[in-house]
Amino acid sequence: MAPVVPRSGDSIFANLEHVNAELFTLTYGAIVRQLITDLEEVDEVNKQLDQMGYNIGVRLIDEFLAKSNISRCVDFKETAEVIAKVGFKMFLGVTASVINWDADGTSCSIVLEDNPLVDFVELPDNCQGLHYCNILSGVLRGALEMVSMKTEVTWVRDMLRGDDVYELNVKLLKQVPEEYPYKDDE
Amino acid sequence: MVREVAESCVDSLLTEMVASYCNRFYANKPELAARRIEAIGYQVGHQLSERYTMERPRFSDHLEAIKFICKDFWTELFKKQIDNLKTNHRGTFVLQDNKFPWLERISIDPLTDKVNSAEDATTAENKATSTISMHLYYPCGIIRGALSNLGITCAVTADISNLPACSFVVRVKA
Repeated sequence: MAPVVPRSGDSIFANLEHVNAELFTLTYGAIVRQLITDLEEVDEVNKQLDQMGYNIGVRLIDEFLAKSNISRCVDFKETAEVIAKVGFKMFLGVTASVINWDADGTSCSIVLEDNPLVDFVELPDNCQGLHYCNILSGVLRGALEMVSMKTEVTWVRDMLRGDDVYELNVKLLKQVPEEYPYKDDE
Repeated sequence: MVREVAESCVDSLLTEMVASYCNRFYANKPELAARRIEAIGYQVGHQLSERYTMERPRFSDHLEAIKFICKDFWTELFKKQIDNLKTNHRGTFVLQDNKFPWLERISIDPLTDKVNSAEDATTAENKATSTISMHLYYPCGIIRGALSNLGITCAVTADISNLPACSFVVRVKA
């Protein structure tokens, strides 16, 4: 099957209301700093950032579906492409790419070369275990769960830790069939 | 070109920050949650005002600095200026935004089923007001941080008696 090429997110991004990215970047940075002060343990900060992202993703998927005009994706492969090409572009204004598919099409990597969350950021020595962008993995997990895909999202590469790009591994754990809480009219 | 992100990125981040501090980290201590949220705003305001004043001469007095907040600083954040500025010329400034963007999309839990008495209505109203107030600690912190970076120590509170208008009251400490 030929790979599906989704529309790009450029035109959608252009039609949305925008704000200055500095405000976004600095707000996120200040939240991370405050969490480190309040929670003390880096692992706990990672956990809370992921949780915050999850809660955001659960809501953001609605806006994504409403504004992107994307129709149902046929499989996980198409879903991943849509996230990378449309999702990231639409919200963060950057494009991601999808690589490293496994044989059965249930695991891949989303690669970001540019990431507005980390402008001005440098990790101090005592924060080496911090996944600074952990909110992103939470957003993906939350958003995908709302479209019936249980996933596990983990960081593979992180530029703040000296890698050349940001790489998130997205693994499809299970596709939950849609369930309706009500019966059709009998 | 100035880098931009979708407005919903900032909106969702702020909503989630307030929710996390109020409902998870300090669920039973709203004063502590408020202080943390204000502190996050302070940090951001401090950094932003440093960036936005890099190429400017020093402000000659408090009023000049406040005007900078009302015009340039507000425009960077919200693409519009503060609508009205009042001062008593003794260190108190009232900055009014007739339609404060960060309050526009807040929805309050609708009243459950029906309101039985005037008392229920008052409780619901108080709850709504405290939810909104939680969202205002962040912009109050931003203003305080921005002014502090300009050498002005002050206290900032918000007044929402005329929604969707919002007034920020800056009291400069002598």
